[in-house]
Amino acid sequence: MPQNTPVATAPAGTPTSISQGSRTKGGIGESTLRPDGTLKVTGEFAYSSDMWHEDMLWGHTLRSTVAHAEIKSIDVSEALATPGVYAVLTYDDLPTEVKNYGLEIQDTPVLAHGKVRHHGEPVALVAADHPETARRAAAKIKIEYVELPLITDEASATAPDAVLVHEGRADHHIGHVPHPNILHRQPIVRGNADEAAERADVIVKGDYTFGMQDQAFLGPESGLAVPSEDGGVELYVATQWLHSDLRQIAPVLGLPEEKVRMTLSGVGGAFGGREDLSMQIHACLLALRTGKPVKIVYNRFESFFGHVHRHPAKLHYEHGATRDGKLTHMKCRIVLDGGAYASASPAVVGNAASLSVGPYVLDDVDIEALALYSNNPPCGAMRGFGAVQACFAYEAQMDKLAAELDMDPVEFRQLNAMEQGTLMPTGQPVDSPAPVAELLRRVKARPLPPEQQWLAAGEEADVRALPGGLSNTTHGEGVVRGVGYAVGIKNVGFSEGFDDYSTARVRMEVVGGEPVVTVHTAMAEVGQGGVTVHAQIARTELGVAQVTIRPADTQVGSAGSTSASRQTYVTGGAVKHTCENVREKVLEIGRRRFGSYHPAWATAELRLEGGKVVTDGGEVLADLVDVLESEAVDLELEWRHRPTEAFDLVTGQGNGHVQYSFAAHRAVVEVDTELGLVKVIELAVAQDVGKALNPLSVVGQIQGGTTQGLGVAVMEEIIVDPKTAKVRNPSFTDYLIPTILDTPTIPVDVLELADDHAPYGLRGVGEAPTLSSTPAVLAAIRNATGLELNRTPVRPEHLTGT
Amino acid sequence: MRVNFTVNGRQQEADDVWEGESLLYVLRERMGLPGSKNACEQGECGSCTVRLDGVPVCSCLVAAGQVEGREVVTVEGLADFAKQRAEHGCATRACGTSLQDAQQWEAGPQHSQTGEGAELSPIQQAFIDAGAVQCGFCTPGLLVAADELLERNAEPSDADIREALSGNLCRCTGYEKILDAVRLAAARQEEAV
Amino acid sequence: MDFLRPACWEEALAAKAEHPTAVPIAGGTDVMVEINFDHRRPEYLLDLNRIGELCEWEVGEESVRLGASVPYTQIMEHLRAELPGLALASHTVASPQIRNRGGVGGNLGTASPAGDAHPALLAAGAEVEVASVRGSRLIPIDEFYTGVKRNALAADELIRAVHIKKADGPQQFSKVGTRNAMVIAVCAFGLALHPETRTVRTGIGSAAPTPVRAKAAEEFLNAALEEGGFWDSKEIITPSIAKQFAELASGGCSPIDDVRGTASYRRHAVGIMARRTLGWTWEAYRGNAHGTKGGAQCA
Repeated sequence: MPQNTPVATAPAGTPTSISQGSRTKGGIGESTLRPDGTLKVTGEFAYSSDMWHEDMLWGHTLRSTVAHAEIKSIDVSEALATPGVYAVLTYDDLPTEVKNYGLEIQDTPVLAHGKVRHHGEPVALVAADHPETARRAAAKIKIEYVELPLITDEASATAPDAVLVHEGRADHHIGHVPHPNILHRQPIVRGNADEAAERADVIVKGDYTFGMQDQAFLGPESGLAVPSEDGGVELYVATQWLHSDLRQIAPVLGLPEEKVRMTLSGVGGAFGGREDLSMQIHACLLALRTGKPVKIVYNRFESFFGHVHRHPAKLHYEHGATRDGKLTHMKCRIVLDGGAYASASPAVVGNAASLSVGPYVLDDVDIEALALYSNNPPCGAMRGFGAVQACFAYEAQMDKLAAELDMDPVEFRQLNAMEQGTLMPTGQPVDSPAPVAELLRRVKARPLPPEQQWLAAGEEADVRALPGGLSNTTHGEGVVRGVGYAVGIKNVGFSEGFDDYSTARVRMEVVGGEPVVTVHTAMAEVGQGGVTVHAQIARTELGVAQVTIRPADTQVGSAGSTSASRQTYVTGGAVKHTCENVREKVLEIGRRRFGSYHPAWATAELRLEGGKVVTDGGEVLADLVDVLESEAVDLELEWRHRPTEAFDLVTGQGNGHVQYSFAAHRAVVEVDTELGLVKVIELAVAQDVGKALNPLSVVGQIQGGTTQGLGVAVMEEIIVDPKTAKVRNPSFTDYLIPTILDTPTIPVDVLELADDHAPYGLRGVGEAPTLSSTPAVLAAIRNATGLELNRTPVRPEHLTGT
Repeated sequence: MRVNFTVNGRQQEADDVWEGESLLYVLRERMGLPGSKNACEQGECGSCTVRLDGVPVCSCLVAAGQVEGREVVTVEGLADFAKQRAEHGCATRACGTSLQDAQQWEAGPQHSQTGEGAELSPIQQAFIDAGAVQCGFCTPGLLVAADELLERNAEPSDADIREALSGNLCRCTGYEKILDAVRLAAARQEEAV
Repeated sequence: MDFLRPACWEEALAAKAEHPTAVPIAGGTDVMVEINFDHRRPEYLLDLNRIGELCEWEVGEESVRLGASVPYTQIMEHLRAELPGLALASHTVASPQIRNRGGVGGNLGTASPAGDAHPALLAAGAEVEVASVRGSRLIPIDEFYTGVKRNALAADELIRAVHIKKADGPQQFSKVGTRNAMVIAVCAFGLALHPETRTVRTGIGSAAPTPVRAKAAEEFLNAALEEGGFWDSKEIITPSIAKQFAELASGGCSPIDDVRGTASYRRHAVGIMARRTLGWTWEAYRGNAHGTKGGAQCA
């Protein structure tokens, strides 16, 4: 690690140094303010649930009350006869032969067909003049269920007499899975783990459980479908990927894609939970059936059934190490519960397998990851995507090994840390900086927060600084501090041979005597700040102050998903690429018009800066206003990152990933060891972002991701009753996410080690901080309590042995 | 049923209100004020926070019929509410502003597409400047709650800020920038005095 | 659904007499959740917001008459000296927004074992003032909770106020939740020292079908304090007494396993809270100010 690493540190706590309103302009590397900030703080930003239309109806979804059952009959007559009801739809009303959808495998029925496979599956739709009318009508729909045996875990899924969650599977994974209730299986074998194990002085094994986490975005699934005169439909919706939605929606409606015009509404967070469709097709079906605009808004209860969750996982790990602290081998088996439908499970399996080693050098590995089909709630994408579960387990293993070897856990990790050039278990070399040891060094080097901060303000205990908080459970009794470390690796971008591209349209013209740039992409702005960054890129590349970001819609080519930490890389890359081409066009025009006036037009490297064409020496050749006059340069171009390839289905070998990102955390916790309550005091993080295009947004992403990892460490879990496969806590009363009193200070250390393959050297930021946060908190709790704690989230019961 | 009440200083009337409707629904769906957000509708997230006769409440848990004749301030009226307070010392009736004065504030006019040029309250500006806004869905409720905190307590400690905002969930930011924003607004308020 | 808006208490009682199924709504923090989530569709909603006296309290010689709708925020801010246990409990209720709307009447009306006010009321000693067109009566708090989410109200009665004994000694309240704010009790414990009568009273929340007192624990402790002369000597309570008290408090629970916690954890946690709250109150009684900031300044 070079000593003079370029570093940008988060702005320190000097709030008055932030100057008011002066940063709405600016190029890359500046903490430019969000262009949508003013609308968002005044309440005028239109989210998908804010849509309203004259004469609109309200759509409502009737969902299954049981997890696995045959539907004997559905009687909608009474519902249909309810005054104020305009339509009631079931499977039989679907207009075409395409009745299923899905991201990769089209196994999800638009409405249940003869069978429901999980609790809360959509069965019927109602459109009415008021949401209450729709709810009352839905309550009158009579459904006769005959319950079927439940598949709830690996044992029941693969039992000899197991019922099949999906009969007659014809997807492309069925050929290589050992059982039809296993959706996908990815082994990875490199070196010889058994032989290498013989070199080990210590071997550590562990079985780990990761609970089902919910994205819990605050803006519930919602949208408005408006039938159009040409027989098509306009859909205003919150999603992560407009074109993926479109590809799934149009065939079900029997419409060509151009007749389904989608516009991105305000998105109230996503975190993976909006990769799959929710109410999109339903609203369109009702709108087309009734000829009226239809709005659907889930409430929080329904939202828990309206999107997929993070896969719960069972993980078995075995690691070996030599006495001098070198890892010898790793074997693991990761079982992810995919629930009733495929969603993104196959890709999650690929990630879990290929990232199961963590950011460590290990040449002898034997890995197996698989996803089950079950009658549990469907699981799919969530921030961290398969890497999260693995990180929780391998980091626990690292601590166990260090303890076994009587080594410092950070030094042990550093000794085995991956570097640029290290081979992944897939055989793929890591071909950009991998500062794993340095990230650990940085979080460890931070001073620890002072002890007993609850006494900071005097002799009286401030319960807000203690475990239990306002609930007044301790004034210091039973409180023990613990410190824990973790580091993780996450891939950036879509992997395994997926054609991961994005499209940007950029237009430059003169408006009102000023050069103006318009950027149009279909990128879903879900809060991450992509719109801010696009404007920064355009300003940097085209030297123009005025940049307008057009709303995202399907009138422009696909931007791919706002997932996999990829948007700044890929759509940002597309904006950069298109801007570069626009610049060339502008220069061509300039040469045509002014080339004869100055030789530099032909000989010098030319840039666009401050609304002018300048030479690399800084000489001004022309104003853009004069170059363009009334001409507009308007280009729409696609851009893709380096291609990847599929993993071999037997060996798991293959150059499957594009880029990796790394983050390390140090957690400091205080545990009330008697009551089993935890207060996280500080969660320090260091992350390499390659290049921070917008440092303020980067830090915001890191702190937000860190907090989601904290949540699943100590409180967040969707609890599914194993006897019924029904969700027991679909509400914000019982599915708890961290409040501001649960969230500690999160000091952020941002490294910028350029990845030469990526635009500006940047590295995807969003997911990595979600990985290591959870195991760091767990490690700190273990440190405070001495307990093994192989499960997350940790509940008071686990800490008190009750 | 019919419900009459004052929203952001303006007398409003809603007809054919279903008796089970919340204040939140009436604001969003009947009065064209969707700024207050519908994230949980069970009082567990604070994104629908409004001032009801000056007091911050979850508008999802107020029955529409209960606001008859009362005064509501939503995020749409926050800038004017804060301006009124700055000019007259206090904007809430509870603090002594007359109803007549109160009726002078109303939701700001439509601004340009990006909202630039809108007059903002100090807390709104601070949220933008500190990077406290990501997806923005929790923002309206947090603004109303934070504005009320600074009205009560001009120099809140970090613990005070955390306690006052403990009823407002945010899923994007990890709250650090929200703390920064409230500190920033308090510091600017201090400088302005 | 009909929305009844009585302008005064008499009108409210008349409305409740005419429509005994009417569901009273004040802070709305329970009722509106049930309506929003389609768990309940009452025929009538009876709005109590316009009845000003429900939001008022009177501090008397012996007790505080606390209007049913006095928001928790007001209790925290204005009744810390008189009702320290209830003020502490009020501070643990949900969120600031909810505390601005909800009051003790709602907790009593819903009678959920998880209601935060109950342990404090049980420990302090209280009577619930209920009324109907037939007249009004006082129900001792020990007789108020009759079953899971059931109380001693007749169909035509409304809760007018709670009469709570003014503190004559230190009181504490403690609640376990799996989050540091805005959380429903996994279990809770209230404890009040009554030096005037030389008794200790307790309340357990969320660890039995109804809120209950840990009576065996109280009896043991009352006897032990008396025998040891602790009320006069103000000596530190011997650890064995505290331990026995905690075990008996724990034994006073009859909890269930649910999504918020296991029965055995609840028993365990109630014991810990019993021991701690006894320690805090006794230290305060001994004259060692044992207050806290940010929620517990009133012990």
